[in-house]
Amino acid sequence: MTHKAPSLFDWNIAGPAIVDAFKKLHPRAMIKNPVMFVTLVGAILTTADIFLPTHERGVIAQIALWLWFTVLFANFAEAVAEGRGKAQAKALRKTRTHSTAHKIRGDGKTEEVGADTLRKADVVVVRTGEIIPGDGEVIEGAATVDESAITGESAPVVRESGGDRSAVTGGTRVLSDEIKVRITADPGHGFLDRMISLVEGAKRQKTPNEIALTILLAALTLIFMFVIMALKPMGIYSATVFSVPVLIALLVCLIPTTIGGLLSAIGIAGMDRLLQRNVLAMSGRAVEAAGDVDVLLLDKTGTITLGNRQATEFMPAPGVTEQELADAAQLSSLADETPEGRSVVVLAKKFGIRAREIHELPHAQFIKFSAQTRMSGVDLDGVQYRKGAADSIYKFVGSQPAAEIIQAVEKVARAGGTPLLVATKAKVLGVIYLKDIVKGGLPERFKRLRAMGIKTVMITGDNKLTAAAIALEAGVDDFLAEAKPEDKLALIRKEQQGGRMIAMIGDGTNDAPALAQADVGVAMNTGTQAAKEAGNMVDLDSNPTKLLEIIEIGKQLLITRGALTTFSIANDVAKYFAIIPAMLMATFPAIAPLNVMHLHSPGSAILSAVIFNALIIIILIPLALRGVKFQPIGALAILQRNLLIYGVGGVIIPFLGIKAIDVIVTALNLA
Amino acid sequence: MRNLDWLQLALFIAIIVLITKPLGLYLVQVLDAKGKTWLDWLVKPVERVTYRLLGVNPEEEHDWKHFTLAMLLFSAVSALFTYAMLRWQAWLPLNPQKFDALSPHLSFNTAVSFTTNTNWQSYGGESTMSYLSQMVALTIHNFASAAVGIALAAALVRGIARHTAKTIGNFWVDLVRITYYLLLPICFVFAIFLVSQGMIQNFKPYTTAKLMEPFTVQVPKVDDKGQAVNGADGKPVMVDQVITEQSIVQGPMASQVAIKMLGTNGGGYTNANAAHPFENPTPLSNFIQMISIFAIASALTYYLGRMTQNQGHGWAVWSAMFALFLAGVLVCWWAEAKGNPIHHNLGVAVADGNMEGKEVRFGIFNSALFATVTTDASCGAVNAMHDSFTGLGGMVPMLNIELGEVVFGGVGAGLYGMLVFVVLAVFIAGLMVGRTPEYLGKKIGAYEVKVALLTLLVLAASILGFTAWASVSKWGVAGLNNAGPHGLSEMLYAFSSCTGNNGSAFAGLTANEPWYDTTLGLATLIGRFLMIVPIMALAGALAQKKVVPQSAGTFPVSGFTFTALLIGTVLLVGALTFLPALALGPVVEHFLTLQGKLF
Repeated sequence: MTHKAPSLFDWNIAGPAIVDAFKKLHPRAMIKNPVMFVTLVGAILTTADIFLPTHERGVIAQIALWLWFTVLFANFAEAVAEGRGKAQAKALRKTRTHSTAHKIRGDGKTEEVGADTLRKADVVVVRTGEIIPGDGEVIEGAATVDESAITGESAPVVRESGGDRSAVTGGTRVLSDEIKVRITADPGHGFLDRMISLVEGAKRQKTPNEIALTILLAALTLIFMFVIMALKPMGIYSATVFSVPVLIALLVCLIPTTIGGLLSAIGIAGMDRLLQRNVLAMSGRAVEAAGDVDVLLLDKTGTITLGNRQATEFMPAPGVTEQELADAAQLSSLADETPEGRSVVVLAKKFGIRAREIHELPHAQFIKFSAQTRMSGVDLDGVQYRKGAADSIYKFVGSQPAAEIIQAVEKVARAGGTPLLVATKAKVLGVIYLKDIVKGGLPERFKRLRAMGIKTVMITGDNKLTAAAIALEAGVDDFLAEAKPEDKLALIRKEQQGGRMIAMIGDGTNDAPALAQADVGVAMNTGTQAAKEAGNMVDLDSNPTKLLEIIEIGKQLLITRGALTTFSIANDVAKYFAIIPAMLMATFPAIAPLNVMHLHSPGSAILSAVIFNALIIIILIPLALRGVKFQPIGALAILQRNLLIYGVGGVIIPFLGIKAIDVIVTALNLA
Repeated sequence: MRNLDWLQLALFIAIIVLITKPLGLYLVQVLDAKGKTWLDWLVKPVERVTYRLLGVNPEEEHDWKHFTLAMLLFSAVSALFTYAMLRWQAWLPLNPQKFDALSPHLSFNTAVSFTTNTNWQSYGGESTMSYLSQMVALTIHNFASAAVGIALAAALVRGIARHTAKTIGNFWVDLVRITYYLLLPICFVFAIFLVSQGMIQNFKPYTTAKLMEPFTVQVPKVDDKGQAVNGADGKPVMVDQVITEQSIVQGPMASQVAIKMLGTNGGGYTNANAAHPFENPTPLSNFIQMISIFAIASALTYYLGRMTQNQGHGWAVWSAMFALFLAGVLVCWWAEAKGNPIHHNLGVAVADGNMEGKEVRFGIFNSALFATVTTDASCGAVNAMHDSFTGLGGMVPMLNIELGEVVFGGVGAGLYGMLVFVVLAVFIAGLMVGRTPEYLGKKIGAYEVKVALLTLLVLAASILGFTAWASVSKWGVAGLNNAGPHGLSEMLYAFSSCTGNNGSAFAGLTANEPWYDTTLGLATLIGRFLMIVPIMALAGALAQKKVVPQSAGTFPVSGFTFTALLIGTVLLVGALTFLPALALGPVVEHFLTLQGKLF
């Protein structure tokens, strides 16, 4: 499936959402949102009022209508947000066809069973073209697997037993070869099932901040209910009749319906935005935590540097030309299948050395790398070409190398690279500079993070010297060198003791404890089952730099919530100025100057405020789904910007909006 | 709005700014059980003896529940003590005027009112209270309720400043140290200063003076049994009475007035409060009394900054308070200086503004400033009758109280009230920096929001609920002196003043009758204790939290932006709640006055 952002008002989503908006009117669903529940009760009471004898029936009916709209708009916002997830879940579900599995019984024979009968620890064999029947671990063999059903990525991936690429996901297809898989999840609890229920929002629980915000909104609602209830008797004292619809209209305008109506949509949309970037958050809590991250732990390999070191320079010994060194280096690396070895061959090409194939040299005897000699090479025409670490080459040659060679070795090491020596039995020919290649654009991204107040720490098994050089080049704030998996866990615990929130990304089984300990643990989809279960997010693209986007989305989610809350509360000022003069005008005509917006009549003033209050929900749905833009410009600057837009703007905009609606209402002769 | 008045305002502000830091630093020592002050040589021995007598271990600290329970116990016992003294006043010494015992409802109202630092007075001091009642039953509370307020603020600040801690201080130690090191020494000097200005301090019986010009008043006719005689129309029959002599109040006044101001109590020795020539003899005494109302509250913001190691935060809170104060005083002063259009139309005293209900000695500016200061803080002393202010002028004191008296506020109470708004501001706007809300590195979660909002809920429910009840009840309307919107203002002001623990009055209301005494007393209790318990829970919750280290992404709680945010929160979350009620009272009155209508 693809995870493109659906356009905001795609009819495939909006259509069912309209139906859902009505379905959500069920009191059991409404009671979860106290603000909208009060609005619903207000709508019902106002509707009942239409049937009482009154000469204001037209206005009351319109107020009632717009109060219903307010509730429906809020339900619609939630339904649209959910609808986007549901559409994705539908696509996922299609891939979960009913497949059969070849289960290996205790006696070693296979039997054909339904995939849904498989239990944990069952072993199945999956052959070319078959669908893997459930989540599991490859215990024998290797195969290419098409995982596009989950990742949307069409290029097949290799899955093999042992190591960090042994996990397979149910619903994916084996393209070649045959593997034995031990099932690790019962039916209905597999990754795909979890993914479907997550994107559908079926198991969505309120996050801690959402709960706190709901309490704030409920309390404000309660306070305004006191205000309105107290107004009735005070009106009696003042010989002013406040009718029920007018009091309800004021109440609904004052309680924070804007944020109350959009709160859950914002949360759902946040998880949805992650999914569009192919990150699956296991809970909304994890997304919220992502916004709070203080420290980012990044593995050097794969995240900061390209996966492997590459040969970037030949440094010949005195009396040896670069060409000669390149030639010898290429010969010694022909049989070296490691990425480093290949990069030597590639570099040699640049010096005009023709690419040679192994079969062109039938007499050659290739020496594989061994842990004892720590060298590899070739014996060709009586010459022994060798390539290896400095001290083993020194031993191989047996004589003291030239001072230039020793200097070159030191220089490379100090710069964070790995020196490889090339030699014949007679002499050392020179040094190959193997370098860690730092990915492009990282210093800028880390600068962005620093501006957000986030510290980046690079984790590497390299020695301190090498680590320091790479850390400097990549622009990370700190590094942990010679790190073992338990060091990573210890570092996380230490930072958490200091009150910081930690995010990390990992794939291997040995990452699992650290992923579980981190506040935001992102497991790569290519990783092991253990890693995926320990983390609280899965990156389907297995792209380690995704962490930065995850953090920005988390922050965006929180900002959107805060911005709309502020906006909602700030709106009250204008609504007071619309409704209070309207309520008092009949008894105290002297209060006319308080009608600063010069609204046409008491009826049109109240109606305009109610209409504005309802429409603003619809108008802000795109913002709630898309999120307020986040810029890494420091907390103070963001605060100033957002306070200006949503605070000050929140005070001013409704004055303009209500006035405009009043003009229209008056022109249409509605009140 | 004369130049000299501007100068005085500038002087007032300058002095408040100047005393904030030194007094704040002194508070840091006083509010630390191990703190050092220059009074140690004198007071330390007394302090030690007090602890021994109370059985208090000054080394020990308590969690918020223990702290709150101690405070509640102390308040309950001391309130009962005062209730008993007032009920038995007739049998107790130092009662040269032979005043009778107080009625049960008045005793309840007064005891509760003084215990809670409200000092609402349903009685006239000089015609009700014996010297012993004034000096012991009431003045004890002037000290104790102020000390309690400061102790609670200190406990909340400790909760904010500490992390992963269980305790927030020792109530008894705070109470003793605040009284001994802060309130008593300052009041000692202050009282002597007041005497130097002409305030009385004696135990003499009241002086009787013959009037130069006897005058006649109308009083209800009474029969032999002392019952009022009603005429045929059901109204009391009025008869003329010639007044030939005047009774001049005496007694230990200066000692009580000093703490009345410094402790933001406000309960007057006389009914006229700070408008009485004895209780506020000179312009200087008036000026210094205003300073003393703000002094401790202002210094507490410095204490906040010092304790949280973020002086910028302390000053940001101070600045928000200051801005709200300045706005209030300017509106009130402007409204009063502009005067009453009805007077203008009659050609009366146009240049002087609205002098009705004001002392000529103080004039417009000093009355407006005093009214703003006394209601910003929960003092409640008055040197002019707020009832006689113009619609808008009178709305300023009312709104000040309804904001929760967080503009400097009552000693301690102002700071902890403002800190509730700080927590709310941080919670609402904190999200906008892209982190879950943090206040000085502490996460503000559901619990903190709940207890913070509980205080706002209590404030709104008590003020609006009681006013609404009174406005449609017989007893409520019967106590009114004026009809229409002004009558509503009188009720609204009374319940605001009591719930807010201010104690000043829109003087028109006749409150000494069972219903008002009881409801106002209840409002007082609700306004004090139902606020304090959640706030102490907040202190306890904050103390336990871990602190997230500061970074570039941390929400800033100092500087101009935060100050503006805090002001906005106070106005939007605090003031908007009362706007409809205010619209029906002072706002409507303002517009009707412009049309020449009075009530």
